[in-house]
Amino acid sequence: MKFFPVIWCGLKRKKARTILTLMSIVVAFLLYGYLSAVNTAFNMGVTVAGADRVVIRHKVSIIQLLPASYQARIERVNGVAKAAHMTWFGGIYQKPSNFFPQMPVVPADFFEVWPEFLLPEAQKQAWLRTRTGAIVGRRTAEKYGFKIGDRIPIQATIWRQKGGQTTWEFDLVGIYDGAEKNTDTTQLFFRYDYFDEARVQAKGSVGWYGARIQDPNQSALIAQAIDQEFANSPEETKTESEGAFVQGFAKQVGDVGAILAAILTAVFFTILLVVGNTMAQAVRERTEEIGVLKALGFTNTLVLWLVLAEALMLSFSGGIIGMGISWLLISRGDPTGGSLPNFFLPSHAFVSGFILMLALGAATGFLPAWRAMKLTVAEALRRG
Amino acid sequence: MSEPTDLVRIEDVEKDYRRGGEEIPVLAGVNMTIPQGDFLALMGPSGSGKSTLLNIIGGLDRPTNGAIYVAGERVDTLSDRELAAWRARHIGFVFQFYNLMPTLTAEKNVDLPLLLTPLSRSERQKHVAAALAVTGLSHRAKHFPRQMSGGEQQRVGIARAIVTDPTLLLCDEPTGDLDRKSGDEILSLLQALNRDHGKTIVMVTHDPHASHRATRTLHLNKGLLEDHPME
Repeated sequence: MKFFPVIWCGLKRKKARTILTLMSIVVAFLLYGYLSAVNTAFNMGVTVAGADRVVIRHKVSIIQLLPASYQARIERVNGVAKAAHMTWFGGIYQKPSNFFPQMPVVPADFFEVWPEFLLPEAQKQAWLRTRTGAIVGRRTAEKYGFKIGDRIPIQATIWRQKGGQTTWEFDLVGIYDGAEKNTDTTQLFFRYDYFDEARVQAKGSVGWYGARIQDPNQSALIAQAIDQEFANSPEETKTESEGAFVQGFAKQVGDVGAILAAILTAVFFTILLVVGNTMAQAVRERTEEIGVLKALGFTNTLVLWLVLAEALMLSFSGGIIGMGISWLLISRGDPTGGSLPNFFLPSHAFVSGFILMLALGAATGFLPAWRAMKLTVAEALRRG
Repeated sequence: MSEPTDLVRIEDVEKDYRRGGEEIPVLAGVNMTIPQGDFLALMGPSGSGKSTLLNIIGGLDRPTNGAIYVAGERVDTLSDRELAAWRARHIGFVFQFYNLMPTLTAEKNVDLPLLLTPLSRSERQKHVAAALAVTGLSHRAKHFPRQMSGGEQQRVGIARAIVTDPTLLLCDEPTGDLDRKSGDEILSLLQALNRDHGKTIVMVTHDPHASHRATRTLHLNKGLLEDHPME
């Protein structure tokens, strides 16, 4: 640490240039942090997907419906422990920006296939007793101030009721939590029997099935067997692991990971050039000072480390400030108002951010440091 | 009274520079000794090789041929790393243009050579304060070079050169960038360091007025030494 003033004096030499370079690094790491959170939010479903679950959807696309009668046939396939269905309701609570997913399910089947949704037993019983009952995740309940006993009106965008009514009203009977931190607790589930009886179209159909399988190692074979069961029927199926299904769902927006990687590559490549140029220029301007340090007895290796340390200090200062600002912005919550329920800065982003800072500092500092090391004292003093 | 011992011995030192494909001789076989406690002025026209000789004595450059001994140790054969450590221990440099770090205060500039020693921070502070006191700049310790006059900056440069108590003080045109009054003050300081603190000083200068402050003057001409004892 005793060499800190020497490192610091290099950065202080041209304050405006250092501040501008620092700001460009701050912006790069701010983007990195924020986009990491976006990427995580998009892929969270994939990472929390159950390894022992497969999803069965219509072979043509997810928006094509399947008959509710498939459930019994799926459960008869060898290796399937239990099946349950869900259907996309796509309603609006008060205004379109208040987005949270709503899905009709059969409560008993639902908890058996998706045990990560935790609901107290009393609330579960209340749901089984209440045909218009619904349960909602803790995050959405807190966001909109829902309490048990509330009547929640949802404006349908797809499903009309008999008589043309588009407003569905649900009685909130439970608030569920997630078994894990990453479990999505933004959704609202209500009873399928109520939904199926009240809707005017597509009665007896469901969106997709989830099936718990006995041996995850056999999932490919079981998926094949399920699809075989419905081959050549009017509604053929496509069965895949839950992870692949969620990924496919997210990819409707585009390959978010690839888009973000492309943006970050462009940003960091530019930053590499900017900081590299700054460092090279800064060291070139200090040729004489480097000569003086060597005349005083600073070894070539020490000079190399001092220049490298300067580049690393710049990179880490900008990186830490940038990541800090992104963390502050991210901790304000989902910027989309509900489309990215798991919006947070993952711990692995800090680790890779640290590695990026190290790499940026080393890459931008190495060449000038090497040149400074190779400079002979007499030459440096002459050039100065 | 005992004879002063030779601190520096230079034997048949030659130095050639290569420019383009041509070898240019700068020093053509210099032999000399510098006794302990000497204040030697090296004079000569531009291109005579005086700064090159100073750099070679100080281990900043290597001779093409010949040998340099300082305090009995041959220094021209040391590796770069060993030479750097040797410089830190034995040599104090004073440059014509002061060569201070512009973003460091006077005391931080003086502290630079001490960073290479195992001294603690408080010990370093004591040495820095002492060096600044010797050069009469204690009151300017917290000032940056841009806040000081040329003469004061050169005093900081001298404080930096003596702070490690080096064996040899090498000054390259120390008054070359100063007006007569400031130059005289610097020369008086160097004289005091030589007389009162026993420092051995080698000073390169163009200025006969400056050379008169030294105890001995040597003239270099076309890479060869001519001895002119001070009148």
